[in-house]
Amino acid sequence: MLRLACPFCGLRDHSEFSYGGDGSIIYPALDAPVQDWHDAVFLRDNVCGRQVETWQHVHGCRMWLLVERDTLTHEIHSVRPAHSELASTLEGAE
Amino acid sequence: MTARRLDKGGRIDRSRPVSFRWDDKTYGGFGGDTLASALMANGQTILGRSFKYHRPRGIMSAGVEESGAIVSVGAGARHEPNVKATMEELYDGLEAHGQNAWPNVRFDLGSVNGLFGRFFSAGFYYKTFMGLPPFEWGRGTGIWMQYEKLIRKAAGMGTASREPDPDCYDHVHAFCDILVVGSGPAGLNAALTAAEAGRDVMLVEQDFELGGDYINDPGAEAERTALIAAVERAGVRVLTRTTAFGLYDSGVAGLVERVTDHLATPDRHLPRQRFWTVRAGATVLATGAIERSIAFGGNDRPGVMTASAARSYLNRFGVLPGKRVVIATTNDSTLDVACDLAAAGAEVVLADARDNADAPTGVKLRTGLAPLVTHGRRSVQGVTLASRSGSAWAKASREACDLLLVSGGWSPVVNLSSHRGAKPEWKADLACFLAGPTEEPIHMAGSANGIWNRSDCAASGVAAARLAMGEQAEVVAPGGWIRPIRPVYEVRVPGTKAKAFVDPQHDVTADDVHLAHQEGFVSVEHLKRYTTLGMATDQGKMGNVIGLALMAEALGREVPAVGTTRFRPPYTPVAIGALAGRNVGHHFKPLRRTPLHDWNLRHGATMTEAGLWQRPWYFAREGETITEAYIREATTVRDTVGICDVSSLGKIAVQGPDAAEFLNRVYSNAFAKLAVGRARYGIMLRDDGMVMDDGTTWRLGEADFLMTTTTTNAGRVMVWLEELLQTRWSDLRVHVTSVTDLWAGVSVAGPQARNVIAASLEDGTDISDGTLPFMGVAPVTLKGGIQGHIARISFSGELAYELYVPADHGEEMMDLLWPAAKAAGGCLYGLEALGALRIEKGHVTGAELDGRVTIDDAGLGKMASTKKPFIGSSLRQRPELTRADRPCLVGIFPKDRSQTFNGGALLCATNKATGFGEGWITAVTHSPALGHWIGLGYIAGGHEAWAGKTVTATDPVRKGDVAVEIVSPHMFDPEGARMHG
Amino acid sequence: MTRFTAWNVFWQGITGQKGWTRQWRDPEPKAHYDVVIVGGGLHGLATAYYLSKVHGVQNVAVLEKGWIGGGNAGRNTTIVRSNYAQPGNREFYEHSLRLWENLSHELNYNVMFSQRSHIALLHSPGAIDAASRNYNTMRRTGTPDAEIWDLPTLKRAVPHLNYAANARFPIIGAAVQKRAGTARHDAVVWGYARAADARGVDIIQNCKVEGLAREGGRITALDTTRGRITAGKVAFAVAGSTSLLWQMAGLGGLPIESHKLQAFVSEPLKPLLDQVVVFGMGGAHFYISQSDKGGMVFGGDLDWYKSYAQRGNLPIVQDVAEAAMSVLPCLGRVKLLRHWSGVVDMSMDGTHFICKTPLDNLYLNAGWNYGGFKATPASGWWFADLIANDRPAPMIASFDLKRFERGLQIDERGAGPDCKLHG
Repeated sequence: MLRLACPFCGLRDHSEFSYGGDGSIIYPALDAPVQDWHDAVFLRDNVCGRQVETWQHVHGCRMWLLVERDTLTHEIHSVRPAHSELASTLEGAE
Repeated sequence: MTARRLDKGGRIDRSRPVSFRWDDKTYGGFGGDTLASALMANGQTILGRSFKYHRPRGIMSAGVEESGAIVSVGAGARHEPNVKATMEELYDGLEAHGQNAWPNVRFDLGSVNGLFGRFFSAGFYYKTFMGLPPFEWGRGTGIWMQYEKLIRKAAGMGTASREPDPDCYDHVHAFCDILVVGSGPAGLNAALTAAEAGRDVMLVEQDFELGGDYINDPGAEAERTALIAAVERAGVRVLTRTTAFGLYDSGVAGLVERVTDHLATPDRHLPRQRFWTVRAGATVLATGAIERSIAFGGNDRPGVMTASAARSYLNRFGVLPGKRVVIATTNDSTLDVACDLAAAGAEVVLADARDNADAPTGVKLRTGLAPLVTHGRRSVQGVTLASRSGSAWAKASREACDLLLVSGGWSPVVNLSSHRGAKPEWKADLACFLAGPTEEPIHMAGSANGIWNRSDCAASGVAAARLAMGEQAEVVAPGGWIRPIRPVYEVRVPGTKAKAFVDPQHDVTADDVHLAHQEGFVSVEHLKRYTTLGMATDQGKMGNVIGLALMAEALGREVPAVGTTRFRPPYTPVAIGALAGRNVGHHFKPLRRTPLHDWNLRHGATMTEAGLWQRPWYFAREGETITEAYIREATTVRDTVGICDVSSLGKIAVQGPDAAEFLNRVYSNAFAKLAVGRARYGIMLRDDGMVMDDGTTWRLGEADFLMTTTTTNAGRVMVWLEELLQTRWSDLRVHVTSVTDLWAGVSVAGPQARNVIAASLEDGTDISDGTLPFMGVAPVTLKGGIQGHIARISFSGELAYELYVPADHGEEMMDLLWPAAKAAGGCLYGLEALGALRIEKGHVTGAELDGRVTIDDAGLGKMASTKKPFIGSSLRQRPELTRADRPCLVGIFPKDRSQTFNGGALLCATNKATGFGEGWITAVTHSPALGHWIGLGYIAGGHEAWAGKTVTATDPVRKGDVAVEIVSPHMFDPEGARMHG
Repeated sequence: MTRFTAWNVFWQGITGQKGWTRQWRDPEPKAHYDVVIVGGGLHGLATAYYLSKVHGVQNVAVLEKGWIGGGNAGRNTTIVRSNYAQPGNREFYEHSLRLWENLSHELNYNVMFSQRSHIALLHSPGAIDAASRNYNTMRRTGTPDAEIWDLPTLKRAVPHLNYAANARFPIIGAAVQKRAGTARHDAVVWGYARAADARGVDIIQNCKVEGLAREGGRITALDTTRGRITAGKVAFAVAGSTSLLWQMAGLGGLPIESHKLQAFVSEPLKPLLDQVVVFGMGGAHFYISQSDKGGMVFGGDLDWYKSYAQRGNLPIVQDVAEAAMSVLPCLGRVKLLRHWSGVVDMSMDGTHFICKTPLDNLYLNAGWNYGGFKATPASGWWFADLIANDRPAPMIASFDLKRFERGLQIDERGAGPDCKLHG
């Protein structure tokens, strides 16, 4: 069981969360060309090691989180809100 | 073996006699016995049969490593196969049977297999059984499958009950600072140290008594009780009969606690077992070590066991396992065994493989010897020893004995650490694997770390606890024997024929290991897979190291060169029932009921599964079939009025100043200018341009929308909206809230719908066409002051409304609507009639929107805005998705209107008997409005391309072929006059 | 090489098993091969075999970083079936099944393919219609053994399932493929290895690729732990590590994510279940069969998060046990003996890739999701065909990396471009 430290709820089992995907993807504008969308939607670096990924605390606060995790050892390095403004507000408060 | 119960001594409770049954005969034992010790005390020697050769097997150990005395326990629905007799606590009325034998384990016709042993070498089954013997003539799998039937019957060990397990199992979740596994000298000291330092400690022990190695030593009883008392005083949470079966990520351990397995008449309120998920800050593994055997001829004969096991039977259970005992040893650990057995009156010969060794008084010592082959019929009667001759062995003298004890060395239990990926490291001077290094807070202690003497084990427990608490501690070095071990793995001389077992349960012999080497299966992974070494129910606890050592010897290399098997959880087998816990039977998955569930049942609903939901399927009248019921319901809706529970539809409140902009991006059609008080049907696509979901969204206020989704996709859409708002468009000021469960909702449909609803609203409420036109939305108050919302929306194609009230008022709403509907000649209708109505109208649901269709395929292309971008608008333009010959939504009539056809049939050009066909049918119904069967489906090019042509609906798996016509999907009232009325 | 026959088993038994030789050699790597296949799993070994057998390509090496068959080849639940319905998959898996049917004879190695039926349980009329669409497609495209069973037929064939009225999801029928079944996974590895080796293929174990030398649009050499090897053509068949090698070749992203899939086996039991049974309802996914040794072999969903670790976690263990109990409630007292996990390439549409790559002499075989084991013979067959002829045959034309740009998604589940949903 992975244990994720939700910034809003505390340390919880990963079964409370759902895994999203690669958190480093920047989705293009809605009217961007097909190729840009293709690359964002279909191509993955599929990092073996430390990667940024999205998770949602779906059975908790329902916040989407950016988690830095090692995909080989499952070690969690950091967890922050995916919502950029919320993340900076939280970090400012610390 | 001539074992007998001693008059005194041991930890058994002689004041508590226990009666049990073994193979349908009654025997006696005592409280504190295991099934193995009790059977031994009763002179039973053959307790099991091996997997392949059906060789007679007796007790080989006194613990979890047992691979001989494997039996079945219990009867009927509580029959449990593959139980280690050494771990089964005796209780009054226990019923056990031998297994894998016919007629019984003492006389087993299957032992004829042993005669063919010379042919049944490792992997022989890969080399034959393919075709007709002797040269494997033939093709295909037919011949193999005939052989396979016989093999399957012969294989397997015990028999599983065919009845559902009647017991229940619990799941427990726990947290602690430090989890200590094992309660021997190291574990008790670790737990005590950490608890006295204020840590929250859990101590788990698989045995029913605490103490580990203390238990087998009467002289240590005072020390044991004092430690246990201190541990309890210090507030350690202690769990006995509890196995830590696996370690997982983030310090999580899986435990299984056997709660009632040892009780004659368990309290009905207790679960049989508890599956614990423990989250520990740090873990101390004081899991002990397991003594291993040596491969020599007939080392599996009943009466051959590990040396420490004999000490356990003697000192713990008060059973003297033999009178004339030969102990074949390689190390110091057997000194105590020899001493205790001699003191108990046995005649003991200590055959030490080392050239220099010591022996206690009263024990005959012979050095430089190892066992070569055992003799005896049903149990051991003697052993021929071999003496060292250079690097090989030579046949030496024969010793008569009724018990042969073997100590080939000790294997620390590093399994749990290995679960975490720590690779075990070979320690040549101790002839064992120790746990490899790990970054995780896991600390080894005691003999689990190769520490052999008790005081060092205790000290290592203290040290491990300190390390676990993040303090410094002096690590206790492994070792501790006075004379070093001289490992012996296999003893053979040229010409010996007797089988020497490495893995006795699976009948893997030393010859099998040699053959594996000969055929190139030299890595540990290949060795175990080719020979099945270590794959039996003891998971190689006794045999793995011997197998590795033999392979290393054959390769002329060191053990690590062969590799180390990674241990897999569980450490000992775990009941599947325990892992499932209470989530079985009707509680397997959550059941979602609408607020109107009970009301529907009271009014005659038959329910059907819709994902996790149960929804009304149809409301049959007395004597009606489902078909008669739904046809009547659908007809009634078109004629007068019907009421249908739609509470399970997903409902999401989308609120905030940017809500309109958000919806405009999410839906393919425009939402920005939707007026307050209006609803709009919307389709949302996935990023890849395929349809994700559809539904209506109502604008309740300037910044306040209520989105409805399909029942199936409600959760997915909610997650999707949250993801978009939080990860992609965090600049949008929008909040989404799932309100599905807050509202009870009904669809009231049919020409009389307005009247029925009006009769239920507070007097004077105006819902006339002028005030509430098609797609209009309004707040309403029902009689009795119930506040709700109404929207004039139609899925059925009739004049129809959806009416939502707070969930708690759902039944009141129904009690208002239903009498009015009934008075108007209306009905309640379920999903089946809803399906009929929507198919007539060509409205799509999940059957049509299966995740592979575009908005154009579904005939809704005009809903994809060309004036704004939206999710999916880019990738939907890819060439394959815009081809003209893509299958499009169509309606289907049988050519002969009296015929029926099935959903799932393929639509094929009539002259083509094979291939994928041109399309398929998604849903069918009898259409009351049209008076014949109709369907929806997809066909290449759409209905225009097939106008006037006959198509075959082919359904070879059920019904065969039916000639059909392809028509517009809007099969009834295509202009929509009825719903606009 | 001693032929595997009943006669030789008998003769070797009489003469002390002395005549059996290594099943495949342990050669030193040569400096150059015409074709180097990276990955000594099932697909790599099968490819090597067919390259030599069908296309007469000599001088082939298979490089394996550990021991052959140590990855997903030995970690799957051994199910073989062809009940795929989407064009492309349909023909491919049916071809694979046909190769399976004679594989033991082809390889002279008993891979124990047992056509004991694959039975997917159905719980609603809608599910029967959806399954019928697929099984009708099978019937019309060369798979005569696709059937839909009603409840009485199912009860007769599989008596111990949960037919209780209060089951959470009552069973109302089943979709059945009778020629489907299970095979002995390790035997397939060894059988292909032995047969390929006999044809001169060098199987080089403990040979990890650590670097790729590129010149323009070609790979010229592979730097391995056993030295530099130059190659005319290079083929990747390294499920679980595809992205790592892809990036080593400097090729960027792939439509693949690595996920882990757990598998489970119980203690051995006398025969209890004669078929492969599959259950999928209420968000659960579960499949079970009984091995010839008697162990119940079963599995379920992915662990749901991306991972390169070959070890699973408890939530899925629990989910799978719950499903097991709901399908076969008599398993309560049966004990789980081992659980383990493998790293699978999950692709964006649930379908694999057998294709050329941006580099002229590099070929890719990847993205097998849950389907890798059953695909083995056809995967090897067509990958060899691609490598030998340097063009995709029509059979594999849609398994290229560009299909998403064209808008082709071979999505059996309709789950969309999210790798983890294609289990």
